[in-house]
Amino acid sequence: MNGLQAELELEQDGFRLDMNLDVPGHGVTALFGRSGAGKTTLLRCLAGLEPRARGRIMVNGVCWQDSPQKLFMPSHRRALGYVFQDALLFPHLSVEGNLTYALRRASRDRRRLDSAEVVQWLGIAHLLHRSPERLSGGERQRVAIARALLTGPGVLLMDEPLAALDQIGKAQILPYLERLHEKLAIPVLYVSHAIDEVARLADTLILVEDGRCGAAGPLADMLSRLDLPLGHGAAAGAVVDTVVTSVDERFSLTYLDSPAGPITLPGHALAVGQRTRVRIAARDVSLMLAPPGATSVLNQFAATIVDMADDGPAQVMVKLDAGGALLLARITRKSQHQLGLAKGMAVHALVKSVALVG
Amino acid sequence: MHQPDLAPLWITLRLAATTTAVLLCLGTPLAWWLARTRARGRVVVEALVALPLVLPPTVLGFYLLIALGPHGPIGGLTRALGGPTLAFTFTGLVIGSTLYSLPFAVQPLQRAFEAIGQRPLEAAATLGAGPMDRFFTVAVPLARNGFLSAMTLAFAHTVGEFGVVLMIGGNIPGRTQVLSVAIYDNVEALDYAAAHLWSAALLVFSFLVLTGVYSINRRLRTPGP
Repeated sequence: MNGLQAELELEQDGFRLDMNLDVPGHGVTALFGRSGAGKTTLLRCLAGLEPRARGRIMVNGVCWQDSPQKLFMPSHRRALGYVFQDALLFPHLSVEGNLTYALRRASRDRRRLDSAEVVQWLGIAHLLHRSPERLSGGERQRVAIARALLTGPGVLLMDEPLAALDQIGKAQILPYLERLHEKLAIPVLYVSHAIDEVARLADTLILVEDGRCGAAGPLADMLSRLDLPLGHGAAAGAVVDTVVTSVDERFSLTYLDSPAGPITLPGHALAVGQRTRVRIAARDVSLMLAPPGATSVLNQFAATIVDMADDGPAQVMVKLDAGGALLLARITRKSQHQLGLAKGMAVHALVKSVALVG
Repeated sequence: MHQPDLAPLWITLRLAATTTAVLLCLGTPLAWWLARTRARGRVVVEALVALPLVLPPTVLGFYLLIALGPHGPIGGLTRALGGPTLAFTFTGLVIGSTLYSLPFAVQPLQRAFEAIGQRPLEAAATLGAGPMDRFFTVAVPLARNGFLSAMTLAFAHTVGEFGVVLMIGGNIPGRTQVLSVAIYDNVEALDYAAAHLWSAALLVFSFLVLTGVYSINRRLRTPGP
């Protein structure tokens, strides 16, 4: 069985972790929650760095831990890659030395990635002879990711790899992380407390709260669930996966194809055929009962109302299904009343602004 | 001035080198354990290791003399095994020096291991390195300066010891007579020229060693280029 299944318990310094985890065998799964919710501790338990954790861990059909059977595979035998928040490169080795360290210890059947390719993918070829102390934060993390991948892991654990970086460092590294999907056939478990990072990178989202795993599901579904805090407030919004169909340099616009229909995006930095994820904020979506006439709003979709929930005293969050894409619209309760909106009604969604995620 | 007798110099250097080697073998695992254990017995062991810092060397030497002598537990054992008793031998001197210089080797190592912390070793574990592998490829290189301090201090401190050597080694020229004891003899015999020579040599040596150790420690504190 592919993927990662775990039931873990750990009590430590007055904190109790009690989690049931089921991570799909491919794609990026984000563990999202506030600091102190137990996300890092969970990763450490999975990596075998918390010997006092009890429970069961199965990864890609291999048992890593089964406390009732007294089975505890030590960290160095678990086929995992771990990217720490602060990179933890070895200061006494060069960048190349750090990579070789991992490569030498990867057992032969675990070497699945070509080291030259990994180095090129993460753009660190020109850094190989430097000392880790002379790298920027973003460069350090890229080396750390390469080092983790060169062990030939069956699962990649990433503990807030962007948290220690400034805005520039984050911008430098995100494009590399986005390629995790296409480059890696292994599951990635990505810990974060920043929803914009999660919206950009994750395929699956698991909420973590007070040492427990909460709701879980595909990212787009989770972001538009009205029974979760994620689907509420001024920052709520949906993400839609799209493909670039054409680029209009004259008006500096990019045309995208999505399940909801064509989407127009300002700017023309993307290439035709490229996959990209866009974010549509709930507060930028207006609803109409009939198709609008001439309007300055370029993006409009036919949609069906699938759910509604109050969002504060004055507003309502409306969940829409537009050709399979899930959207959120944040409108006033008064508008809802005047238009007589109800579940199952067909409406037209006007989207004032679409942004690339990130 | 007559030709100085070089035997005490060679005995001293041989003793210091042997003691340093023995301390490296025994002190490293001990320091590693002290730096990482949470056992309650740790403070007791730490106190025992530090004991030679405060104990008069004659006290340590006295107990060792008893223990190594024919009726002591160690001497009795070596005799039962058909060996000689170790008091007044070079081996006895090595045992005494090892105990006497123990804190000078263990403490810098322990501090260096503590400064590394757990995290680089955890990183090594996630990269597939087993416990011994982690120790030799991560802990030892990162504690490099601790090792240098420990070795130089253990060596220099052994060169400078007097009380323990006198108690358990006696003063047998050519066998257990080390420099510090030879100087004492020179003065007793009013041979001030020889005493001057060796005293000055030891003074310069100690100064150079300490300068070396402090410059290592300084490099340790200031970040690399």
